[in-house]
Amino acid sequence: MADTTWDPSKPILEIENLSISFFTRLREIPAVMDFSCTVMAGEAMGLVGESGCGKSTVALAVMRDLGKNGKIVAGSIKFKGRDLTHMNDEELRQIRGSEIAMIYQEPMASLNPAMKVGAQLAEVPMIHSGMSKEDAWKLARQIVADVRLPDPDRIINAYPHQLSGGQQQRIVIAMALMAKPALLILDEPTTALDVTVEAGIVDLVKDLGKKYGTSMLFISHNLGLVMDVCDRICVMYSGEAVETGNVIEVFDKMRHPYTQALFRSIPLPGADKNARPLISIPGNFPLPHERPSGCNFGPRCDYFQAGRCDARDIPMDPVPGGDRHASRCLRWSEIDWDAPPAKRAVKEKAPIGRVVLKMEDLKKYYAISSGAFGGGEKKVVKANETLSFEAREGETLAIVGESGCGKSTFAKVLMGLETATSGSIMLFDENVQSTPIQKRNVDTVSSVQMVFQNPFDTLNPSMTVGRQIIRALEIFKQGKSDEDRQNRMLELLDLVKLPRAFAERMPRQLSGGQKQRVGIARAFAGGAKVVVADEPVSALDVSVQAAVTDLLMDIQRENRTTLLFISHDLSIVRYLSDRVLVMYLGHVVETGTTDQVFQPPYHPYTEALLSAVPIADTKVIRKRIVLEGDIPSAVNPPPGCPFQTRCRWKAQVPGGLCDREVPPMVTLEGGHQIKCHLSREILAEMEPVIKVAAE
Amino acid sequence: MLIFVVRRLGLMLLSAFVLTFVVFYLTNLPPNLEKLARSEGSVRMTDEAVAQWIIDNGHGGSVLGRYGQWLGVVPGWSNVDEKGVPRGRCFAAGTDPALAPRYCGILQGDWGYSTYFRGPVLPNLGEKLGATGILMLWVMIVMIPTSLLIGILAGMREGSRTDRVLSTFSIATTATPEYVSGVVLVALLASPVTGLSPLLSEWGLIDGKILFQGAASPDRITFWSFTLPVLTIALYGIGYIARMTRASMTEVMTAQYIRTARLKGVGFRQVVLRHALRNALIAPFTVIMLQFPWLLNGVVIVETLFNYKGFGWTLVVAAGNNDINLLLGCSVVAVFVVLVTQLISDIGYVFLNPRIRLS
Amino acid sequence: MEDLSYTAILVRILAQLLPVWIALVVTFALSVSFKRRLGLYGKLFDSPVGMIGFGMVMFWVFTAILADMIVTFDPYAQFSGMRNVPLGTALAGATEGDYSHFLLGGDSLARDVFSRMVMGARSVLSIAPAATAFAFMVGITLGVPAGYFGGRFDTGLSFVANLVLAFPVILLFYLLVTPEIVDHKILFFSAFLPDATELACRAKDSVTADTFACFGLSIPTMLAAVLFIFPIIFISILLNARFFTNPMKRNLYVGVVLVIGLWAYSGLAFNMDPLGVWSMEPNLLNVFVSVVFVNAPTVFRIVRGIVMDLKARDYVAAGQTRGEGPWYIMLWEILPNARGPLIVDFCLRIGYTTILLGTLGFFGLGVAPDSPDWGSTIDEGRKTLNMFPHAAVVPALALMSLVLGLNLLADGLREESLRD
Repeated sequence: MADTTWDPSKPILEIENLSISFFTRLREIPAVMDFSCTVMAGEAMGLVGESGCGKSTVALAVMRDLGKNGKIVAGSIKFKGRDLTHMNDEELRQIRGSEIAMIYQEPMASLNPAMKVGAQLAEVPMIHSGMSKEDAWKLARQIVADVRLPDPDRIINAYPHQLSGGQQQRIVIAMALMAKPALLILDEPTTALDVTVEAGIVDLVKDLGKKYGTSMLFISHNLGLVMDVCDRICVMYSGEAVETGNVIEVFDKMRHPYTQALFRSIPLPGADKNARPLISIPGNFPLPHERPSGCNFGPRCDYFQAGRCDARDIPMDPVPGGDRHASRCLRWSEIDWDAPPAKRAVKEKAPIGRVVLKMEDLKKYYAISSGAFGGGEKKVVKANETLSFEAREGETLAIVGESGCGKSTFAKVLMGLETATSGSIMLFDENVQSTPIQKRNVDTVSSVQMVFQNPFDTLNPSMTVGRQIIRALEIFKQGKSDEDRQNRMLELLDLVKLPRAFAERMPRQLSGGQKQRVGIARAFAGGAKVVVADEPVSALDVSVQAAVTDLLMDIQRENRTTLLFISHDLSIVRYLSDRVLVMYLGHVVETGTTDQVFQPPYHPYTEALLSAVPIADTKVIRKRIVLEGDIPSAVNPPPGCPFQTRCRWKAQVPGGLCDREVPPMVTLEGGHQIKCHLSREILAEMEPVIKVAAE
Repeated sequence: MLIFVVRRLGLMLLSAFVLTFVVFYLTNLPPNLEKLARSEGSVRMTDEAVAQWIIDNGHGGSVLGRYGQWLGVVPGWSNVDEKGVPRGRCFAAGTDPALAPRYCGILQGDWGYSTYFRGPVLPNLGEKLGATGILMLWVMIVMIPTSLLIGILAGMREGSRTDRVLSTFSIATTATPEYVSGVVLVALLASPVTGLSPLLSEWGLIDGKILFQGAASPDRITFWSFTLPVLTIALYGIGYIARMTRASMTEVMTAQYIRTARLKGVGFRQVVLRHALRNALIAPFTVIMLQFPWLLNGVVIVETLFNYKGFGWTLVVAAGNNDINLLLGCSVVAVFVVLVTQLISDIGYVFLNPRIRLS
Repeated sequence: MEDLSYTAILVRILAQLLPVWIALVVTFALSVSFKRRLGLYGKLFDSPVGMIGFGMVMFWVFTAILADMIVTFDPYAQFSGMRNVPLGTALAGATEGDYSHFLLGGDSLARDVFSRMVMGARSVLSIAPAATAFAFMVGITLGVPAGYFGGRFDTGLSFVANLVLAFPVILLFYLLVTPEIVDHKILFFSAFLPDATELACRAKDSVTADTFACFGLSIPTMLAAVLFIFPIIFISILLNARFFTNPMKRNLYVGVVLVIGLWAYSGLAFNMDPLGVWSMEPNLLNVFVSVVFVNAPTVFRIVRGIVMDLKARDYVAAGQTRGEGPWYIMLWEILPNARGPLIVDFCLRIGYTTILLGTLGFFGLGVAPDSPDWGSTIDEGRKTLNMFPHAAVVPALALMSLVLGLNLLADGLREESLRD
C-alpha cells in the first residue's frame, strides 16, 4: 500500500460532502454537514469559525479520531487519493504520525508527563520507519534544534513540565515534524500562549511549512492569524462551510453575509467606539439540534428573505472569476457588497470628569516558600512595582500586558482582596490602600466592582440569575423591601438587554455572552462608579465580544463610570480605551493616551506587542518583530530593566545600563511616559509598527 | 527532598506518640485496672484491696508518668509490698532491685508481661506477627496483580463489555466485607452439609468431607487450609484497588497526551503499555499503601473467623481478656504499620511522579 | 405439616414481601413518569446501573419500614424443637394464628432466621444513614473552613483527622465500645477535690456524694457532646449567613433551630431531655458515636479537597468583591456546588457505615447481644457455620445486597452527575 501512485499535482487532502454526527442517548446531533475542501501540496488551508461551528470536528475526522459517539455519516476524506473513511485501524496507524500529524491547543496536556521529551520524539521514527534508538534520538536532537529551541541536549533529556508553555508547543511541533508528514493539522496551536510567544510560534510554523513543503490545515478562531499563516481559508458556521477561497480574496471581497458580519464585528484599526462602532451580529449561535431550516445563518442575517432563504438546504455556489472561491448563499450575487452598513449608530463621546481613582507608588510583594516540599528559603515575588496612575470619571483606562505582568494582582489590591505592600490608593479622596474589603464600608464596596474573565465561572452554578443579582442588591443595601429589590433586579436585566424571564433561569441555561451580561448587571447593582473589567470578553466568540463591549460602553456613558479594562488584546484596547497602561513583569513600562501608545515613540516592549498582534486586514502592513524566548518568571525576574532579556534595542543603550538599573520613567510631550534607558533621539526616530496602506 | 522526608518522619513520630498515649490512657482507665486486679488477685477482693493492689502494682501514679514508664523514658516504679518483698517494673518480685535497669519500657525492648500468655509480650507478639506476615504475603501475591490487571483491563476501553463485567465484579467485591465473604466461602466450599463439598464428596472427587478447610493454622500451611482466608482478605481489597486503578486508567486514557500518542501512530498495545500504564499506576500505588489499615481490619476478622493464631487473633484475645500490655503491644504494631505505610506512600508518590520529583 | 421445597420457600418469601413489591412498583412508576422534572434524582432513571442500585436500596428501605407486616414470627421468640432447623421446616406444634413454617430455618437459639433478617434491616437502616449524616455534618462544618481559610487551622485539623484515620478501626472500636469505658465517668471537678470525695463518687452506693462535685461524663458521652453539637452549629451558621441582611427573619429561623436543636441535643447526648422525648440507649449511643467518629475525618478530607478546588472560582471572588462574609461564601457559594460529589460519597458512605456496624456486631460489640442486626446475627451464626450455615449466610447476603445496592446507586449518581 505504498503511495507511489500519488501524483503531486493532485490535492493532498480532498474532503467531499463530509457529514459527521454525534450520537447521544436522546438523539443524533449533526456536527458537520456537507463539508468539502481541498488542500494542495504545500498549501496552508485555514479553517475559521466560532466555537461549536465544527472546525475541530473536521480535523479529528481527518485523523479518524472522533471517539465512541462520533460517526462519519456521509461523504469521503481522500488523503493522497486514498479514502480515509474506509481504512481499518492498522492502515490508519501507518498514516497517523508519518503522513498526517497533528498539533493541539494545550501543549502541556499533549505531552506525556512521565516520559522524557526525547523519548516521546524518538518514538515516531522508531514506530514508522523502524529506526534504531540511537538514530531516532539523534534525529530528535536535530529537529529540536530545528524548532529553534536553545540547548537541545538538555531539552531532550527533560520532562515536559520542566519546559515553559512556548517551549512545550515547540516540542509538540517538533514531534509532528519527526516523520516529515505531508499534511500537518494545527488545532488552535497558539490559543493557550501569550501574544509575543504566539508570534514566534507562528513564524516557526510558516518557515517549517516552506522548508519541508508540508501542507497545513490550520484551525483558528482568529482571522488575523489565519491571514498570517494561510493561503486559503474556509469560513465555517454552525457545522457548514459558508465561504471558501483565497485568503486575500475572501478578506477583501467576501461573498457571504456571515463573513461580512464577522469582519464588521472585530475591532480593526480605524474602528472607534464613538465614530465607527463595531456592529455585533444579532441573536445567538443556534444549538446543534435547534438549527433553522434552510440557511443556518438566516435568522441572524441582514439580507434574509423569508420563504426563500429558509425554504431548503443551500448548496455551495462557486463565485465566478474567483480563485476557487465559493459561497453558501442564495443571494450572494444580488447583494451590494460595498454598501456601508446601514445601522451604524454613531455615538457621542462621553465627557471625561474629575479624578476618581489615584494610585501612587503602589507596591505589592508576596512572600512564597520555594521548593516543592515546603522547605527552602522564602522568596519574594514582586507582583507590582511602583504603580502610579490616575483614572477619571467616565474614562476608560486600559491595562495591557501578558501573563505574569501583575495586572490581576493590581485588580485584587484595588478591590481590597489583598492589601498593598506600600503606596496609596485614593478612591474619591479616601485612602483605601490598606483597608481590606471586610473593613470597607458598603458605599466604597458597591462603588468599586469587578467583571470577571471566565463566563463559565463568574456565576454561581447553583443559584438562579435573579437570586444572584438580588443578593448583590441586599448586600449593597439597595431597595427597601423584597419587592423593591425584585423590581430593581428586573431593571438591571433590562439594562444589560436580557429578557426578564432570565431571572428564573439557572446559569447553565445561559450562553457565555449572556452569563457575562449577568455578571455586568451584578457589578452595576450598587451603582458602581469604578468598574474593573478583567478580560471580560477574551473568552467569548468574536461576534459576541462586540455586543458585550458595546454594552459596557453604553452603561459607562450613561452612568459616567470609570472603566479599568484589563486585557492582553491590543485590538480591542485600541478600539475602546481613552488611555493605556502597558505592564511587563510588575512594572508599568509605558502610559499615555491611546494615540500616544499606539504611535511611536514606543517602549520596546509595546513595539513588540503591537507587532505581534495579528490583524485581519489586508491593507495593514505590519513590521515583524519577534521576541526571543519566553516571559521570565515573576519569581525570578532579571536584574536591571525587566525587559532587557528580550529587548532588541538593548545594544543602543551604552554601558550595559540595562543590565544594572531599572530605567526611570521618562515623560515625553503630552504626558506620554516611557520607562526606558533609550535616549530621546533614538525614541524619536522609531518607526510605526502598523501602517495602513493607501487605498 | 531530605527536608521533606525528615519532616514526614517528625510528623510520624508525633502521631505515634499521640496515638500510643491515647491507647495507653484508654486501656489504663480505673475500671480496666480494677478488672485486672480482680483477675490477677482474687475475684472477691474488697474495693479497698483493689485500690491497694493497683497502687502496689505500679498503676497508681499519674497517667503521664505511667505512660513514660511504659515508654521507657521515666524510671520504672519500685516499692516494697506489705510482706516486705521488693516489687518493681523492671525486675521480678523478690530479686534485688539494685541489679535491675532503671528504665524498662518498649524503647528498651521490654514490652511488659502478658496476662493471657503468661509470659513476656514481645516474643509472643513477634511469633504471631510472623504468622500474620505469611498470611499477608499470600494476600499481596494474590491481590495486587489481580486487582491491577482487572483495573487496567477495565479502564483500557471504557464502556466495553470487558469493562462492564469487570466493573460489576469489582463493585460486588467492595460490597462484600470480609465477614460476609468469609461466611459465604465457608458455606460454599468448606461445609460438609452445603455448597460444593457434599457434591464433590458424593462423586468421589475429594477424599474427605470438605474441599477447603474452614480453619487455618500457621503451623500447617497448605493450599487447602490457606486458600479461603487469603481469598477472603484479598477479595475486598481487589475490588477497591481495581476500581481505583480503573478510574485512574480511564482518566489517563482520555488525556490529551494519549490522543497525541495515538495520533502519532502508536499502536493500542504500546499506547497502553508505554504511555498510559505508568501515569495510571501512580494513583493506585497510594491507594494500595493506604489500604493497609483496612487490611489490618480484614486480618483481624479473618483470623477470628478461621481461628488462625496470628496478630489479629492476638488483638481480639488481648481486648477480650483485658490483657493491657498485650493490647498496648498490638496497638504499637498497628499504629506503626499504618504510619510507615503512609510514609512510604507519600515518598513513593513523589518518586513515581516526575512532575513532583523534579520541581 | 410438610417441610417446604426450595421453590415453595421462594414463592412464600416473595409473597411475604408483597407490601415491599407494591411500594417499589409505585415508587418506580411515579419516578419514571416524572423523571424529567426531578433533577439529578430523575436522571438516575436514565442509568441502568443507578436504577438497579436504587431498586436494591429501596427494597431494603421498604422492608425496614414495613417490617412489622412482613415478619412471620417475633424475631426474639424461641420455639422449642426449632434449633438449627434447615430451610422451610414446618413449625413444630404450631397453634392457630402462627405462621406455619420457618422459611429460612432456625438459628442456634431456635429463632426464625427470616424474621430476624427482616427486623435486622430495620435495625441497620435506622442507624447507618443517621450516623453517616452526622459524620457529614461534622466533616462539612470543619472541612469547609479548613479548605477555605487554610493556614494553621487547616494544618491542625488535618493532623487530627490523620491521627484518627491512622487508628486501626477495630482497635478503636475495642477501645471505645467496651463496657469498662462506657461505665467509667471522668469527673470534671475531681482535681479540685480530696481523694475521699472521688472515691465516694465512684462508689456505687454513694447517695450522699455531692451531685455537683460528682458531675462526670463517660468518654462516649463526651464524644457525643462534641459530635452532636455540629449539626446545630452548622444549620445556625448556614441560616445566619443567608439572612443576616434581614435580622427579623434571621432571629426567627436561628431561634427555632437553636431551641429544637439544643432540646434534641440534651436528650441524645446527655440523656437529660426534660420532656423525655429524645433519648438514646447508652449502648446505641456508643455504637453511633464511634461510627460517626471513624467516618467524620474522611468526610472532612473530601470536603476540604473540594473546597480548595472551588474557592479559586470567579463566583467566589465575585462574592468577596461585594463584601460577603466568609461564612456566606463558604456555605452558600461553595457548598451547594460541592453537592454532586458529596451526594455520591454519602451513598457510598452509608454502605461503608453498614459494613462498620456489621464489623462491630461481628465482634460482639453491637447494639445489644440478642439484637437482630445483621452483624450480630452473623457473629452468632458463625459458631455453627460448618454444620448449619444458613443462620450466618442469610444475614450475610442481606448485608451484601444492601451495600451493593448503595454502591451501584452511587455509581449511577456519579455517572449521571458527570453527564452534561
